[in-house]
Amino acid sequence: MHIAEGFLPAGHAVGWTIAAAPFVVHGARAVAKEVRENPESTLLLGAAGAFTFVLSAIKLPSVTGSSSHPTGTGPGAILFRPPVMALLGTVVLLFQALLLAHGGLTTLGANAFAFAVVGPWVGYGAYRLTRAAGAGLLPAVFAGVALADLATYVTTSVQLALAFPDASTGVAGGLVKFLGVFAVTQIPLAIGEGILGVLLFRVLTVNARPELERLGVLPPAPLAPTGGAA
Amino acid sequence: MTRRAVVNALLVLAVVALFAVPLLVDGGASEYGGTDAAVTEQLEAEGYTPWFESVFSPTGDVESGLFALQAALGGGVLGYVLGRLRGRRTATGPGAPGTEPR
Repeated sequence: MHIAEGFLPAGHAVGWTIAAAPFVVHGARAVAKEVRENPESTLLLGAAGAFTFVLSAIKLPSVTGSSSHPTGTGPGAILFRPPVMALLGTVVLLFQALLLAHGGLTTLGANAFAFAVVGPWVGYGAYRLTRAAGAGLLPAVFAGVALADLATYVTTSVQLALAFPDASTGVAGGLVKFLGVFAVTQIPLAIGEGILGVLLFRVLTVNARPELERLGVLPPAPLAPTGGAA
Repeated sequence: MTRRAVVNALLVLAVVALFAVPLLVDGGASEYGGTDAAVTEQLEAEGYTPWFESVFSPTGDVESGLFALQAALGGGVLGYVLGRLRGRRTATGPGAPGTEPR
């Protein structure tokens, strides 16, 4: 999902930066509000940020003979809603752009839009739809986390196709070309990431039940032991 | 082992298998280049010249180290949080609200 530094024409770079900026600013306010109003959320917020920090650092091999990064933005979007991930995801991208020459400052807007905005929103939407369809927490987490990953790379492909349409077949042809590089490689990664998300939520449902109930991820248990005044 | 722990272990195995099996089947025939780099190479081959350079570009081994640092920071924080949450639960005891910590 990292479009390399300098690889988007200036107009596109500016356009995506303008598109992503309001989401990131709104996300920063959402994080500040969450920490202020629910200080007990800070731990889980740290876990959500840490999850995307780890996963986006790892390059995994895929069946296509290429390798790619998972994104790790799904769990945070499910727990805290997508705006929070707009900030946390952008922090990850900034770290990678400045220290790792991975992605870049000129492409930060486009990459943030794919990784920190579209991915979390699609993942959250998939999670909510799966829950609404009657599925349990874990299948919905799998769908949300896997699709947040996949949607990020589809968005990157669209961004590249808009910037580099195919000479004869236009944007659609470019999209097919870039999806060919990204999408198939990403499918096993998205599945693996979905399983990791399920593992994380299996651990959280046991150990962080009060938080999950407060965030509305789990229904309040009947005859629940009090979550503690602290 | 509880049933819960067995399921968790199987899920971990499934993730490992998902990435290990293609590697084994492939037997070293592929180079596993990154998709991000594949796109850049493709665009450069088509004549595109990037108009801005990274402000700081670590060389190969330093880059690997910094990626490892990123993963370590994330893994450390994640482990710290999950450990604290688990400690909080075992300290109060299941179904025993208000129990004094041991």
